[in-house]
Amino acid sequence: MNKSSNKFRHLVWPLVSLALLLLFNAIFTDNFFKIEVKKQDSTQSVQAPSVPGDSSVPGTAIDPTEVAAAAAAEEVEAAKQTVKESAGQQAVPEKKDDKGVSIFGYYLYGTPIDILNQGSKVMVLAIGMTLVIATGGIDISVGAVMAIAGAIAALLISMLDAGNCIGAGMGPSVYWIIPVLAALVLATLAGFWNGMLVAGFGIQPMVATLVLMVAGRGVAQLITDGQIITFDNPGLVFLCNGHALFLPFSVWIVVAMYVIFGLLTRKTAFGLFIESVGNNERASRYAGIEARRIKWLTYVICGFCAGMAGLLAASNIKCADSNNAGLNLELDAILATVIGGTSMAGGRFFLSGSLVGAILIQTLTTTMYMKNVSPAIVAVPKAMVVIIVCLLQSPVFRAKVLSIFASKAAKGGVQ
Amino acid sequence: MKKFKFPMRYVPISATILVFFIVYLIGIISFDNFGSPKVFLDLFVDNAYLGIAVIGTALVILTGGIDLSVGSIIAFTSILIAKMIASGSNALVAIALALVIGIAFGMLQGWLIHCFSLPPFLVTLAGMFFIRGCGFIVSEESIPIKNDPVFNFIQNDLTIKLGKGMNLRFIVIVYIVVLIAAIFFSQRTRAGRSIYAIGDNELAATLMGIPVGRTKIMTYTIAGFCSALAGVVYAVYLKAGNPLNCVGLEMDAIAAVVIGGTLLTGGVGYVFGSLFGVLVLGLIQTLIVFDGRINSWWTRIIVGLLVLAFIFMQNLITKISKSKSKSQ
Repeated sequence: MNKSSNKFRHLVWPLVSLALLLLFNAIFTDNFFKIEVKKQDSTQSVQAPSVPGDSSVPGTAIDPTEVAAAAAAEEVEAAKQTVKESAGQQAVPEKKDDKGVSIFGYYLYGTPIDILNQGSKVMVLAIGMTLVIATGGIDISVGAVMAIAGAIAALLISMLDAGNCIGAGMGPSVYWIIPVLAALVLATLAGFWNGMLVAGFGIQPMVATLVLMVAGRGVAQLITDGQIITFDNPGLVFLCNGHALFLPFSVWIVVAMYVIFGLLTRKTAFGLFIESVGNNERASRYAGIEARRIKWLTYVICGFCAGMAGLLAASNIKCADSNNAGLNLELDAILATVIGGTSMAGGRFFLSGSLVGAILIQTLTTTMYMKNVSPAIVAVPKAMVVIIVCLLQSPVFRAKVLSIFASKAAKGGVQ
Repeated sequence: MKKFKFPMRYVPISATILVFFIVYLIGIISFDNFGSPKVFLDLFVDNAYLGIAVIGTALVILTGGIDLSVGSIIAFTSILIAKMIASGSNALVAIALALVIGIAFGMLQGWLIHCFSLPPFLVTLAGMFFIRGCGFIVSEESIPIKNDPVFNFIQNDLTIKLGKGMNLRFIVIVYIVVLIAAIFFSQRTRAGRSIYAIGDNELAATLMGIPVGRTKIMTYTIAGFCSALAGVVYAVYLKAGNPLNCVGLEMDAIAAVVIGGTLLTGGVGYVFGSLFGVLVLGLIQTLIVFDGRINSWWTRIIVGLLVLAFIFMQNLITKISKSKSKSQ
C-alpha cells in the first residue's frame, strides 16, 4: 500500500458507507440529487426554509412543478468541490454580508445542499470534539453549552431590538454582531471551565463535563427565564438560513472553521502536541510539552465550537429553546468523530473524517425522512450504522473476522 | 494505644448521608409538613423506578464502564407492557417479556463491549438510540393501562397499609428488595468482589485469574435487567406507557451514583450509597415543589453543583490516600 492511500485509510469506511447511502438514494429516492439554481431576491434568504427543530423534510422542499435542471450526482459533487476550493479563503469576510443577498444572486437548492445545511451544527461540534477526544478526553457538555449560547444570543438580541441595551443605537443591521460575540465568548468560557476541571484539577473528563451537562441547561433556562425567546433579526437569522456564494451560509462557517482548525493543527505543532498528549501524557510532559495547557486549550476550542453550533441551532429555528437546543447533539458529535476514524482512546485524530462522519449521520437521517420514516424511529438504523462502523474499525473485530476466514481457508486447504 | 481512625473509604458515603440529612433538615425547618412521614414515604414511591435503574448503573460504573441506555430501556419496557395489555394479552406475560428483553439487551451490550473491546460509552449510546427507536416502533403515543386485573391487584392488594393514610406501595417493596439483593451481591459474593477487582485494575484482575469477560457481561446483563424492572415499576407507578418517558434519565442515574459516593473510574463505592444519591435527588425536587417560588431549573443547577462537590471531595480523598501509600 502506498503512502497516499495510507494517509486516507481512515476515511475509507465512512466514505464507503456514505457512498452506499448515496447510491441507495440515487436508486430509490426520486430527485435526491436534483439541485436547482434559484434566483434570490433580497428578502428571500431571510424567509428561506426555516422549519422548526431538526424536523426539516427536504422531500417537500423540492417543488416538482418548477422547471429545473436535474444534475447528475457526480456533476453536483464536482461542482461543490470547485466552489469549496475557490471560496474557502473568502468565507470569513463574507460574514459582513448581513443583508442575505448572495454575491451572484443565485443559490443552489436541493437535498444534498439541505443535508450540508442541517448537518452544519454537528460538523462544527465534531471539529471541537475531535480535538478533545484526540487528547484522550471527552466533552459531553456541548449540547448544554449550545443551549447556553443560543439563550444568551436570543436574550441580547431581544434586548437590543427593544432598544434597552448598549449598542442598540447602531441599528439592527450591525448590532446583531454583539449577541454573536457574547454567545461565543460565553461558550468559550464554558469550555475554559471544563478545561479547568480536567486539566487544572485533574478530574476525569467524562465526570468533569458531566457537571456542566447537568447544570448547563439550568443555566440556559435561567438566562431566558424559562421562556422560549424568538427573534427576527435578519443578521442573526442569516447565520443558518442565509445563502452566500451558491451555498447556505452555515456551510461556509463549517468550511471556515475547518480551514482555521485544520491549519492550526496540521501546519503548526499544535496537532502533534495534541496527539502526543493523547498517546502518553506523562511521556509528553517529560518531553517538554505543556500537557495541561494543551488539554485545556482543546476544551476551550470545543467550547467555542459548541457556541458556534448553538448560534446555528438558534438561528435555524429563529428562537432559543433551552430545553431542546442541542439535545443529544453531543452524542451525534461523538459518533461523527468516532465514525471518522478518531480513536476514543486518543492519540490520533482526523478532522476531515469527523466532517465525513457528520455528513454520514445527517445523510442517514435525511434519507429516513424522505422515506417517510417517523423522526423518532430514525434512531434505530442510526444506532445500527454506528455499531457496524465501530465494529469495522475495531482491530479486535477485524482480527476475529480474519481468523475465521483464515481457519476456513485452512480447513478448505486440508480437505 | 491505637487511635480510632475513620476508614477513608467510608468518607464519601458518610458525606452523602450527611448531605441527605442536611437537605432534609433544611426542608423541615423551612416548611411545616416537610417532616411528615408521608413526605418521606412519597420520596420512595416517586423515585422507586429511578432507584432500581441506579442500582444497575452503579454496578456497571463499579466495573469502570458506563451504561447510557437506562432511560431508553425504561421507556421501551413501559410502552411495550402498555401496548401488550391494550392489545389483550396477560399483564404477567407482558412483564415477563419486558424483563427478558431487558436481560437480552444488556447481555448483547456487554458482549459487544467485551468481545470486540468497543468503548462502553459508544455501545450503550448506540443502544440508547436503538431501544428508544424501538419504543417508538411499538407505539408513537402514550398508551394508558386501564382496568387490568394484575395491575389492579398490585395497586390494591399488594399495598401494605401503615395507617394514617400512609401506604407502603408494592413498588417501594420491590425497590428495597432489589437494593438489599444488590448490596448482598456486591459485598458478599465472589462475582460481586470480582466487579470491584475489575473496576480497580482490569489487567491485574485478569492476571489474578478473575473471569473478567464473564463478570463484565454479567454486570451489563444485570444493568439491563434493572432497567427493564425499573420500566415495569414505572408502568405500575404511572399506569401508562410512553416512548418519550425518561429522556436523559441516564444522566440523573449517573449523577445519583456520583452523589452516592461511587468513583466514576470504577472500583470504589457502595451500592448502598446509591440509595442516598437517589434520595438526595428526590429531596431537592421535593424541596423545590414545596417552595413553589423557585423555578424548577434550579434543580438541575443544584444537582450539578452537588455532583461537582462530590467529585472534588473524591479527588481529594484519592490524592490523600495515594500520598499516604507512598509515605508508607
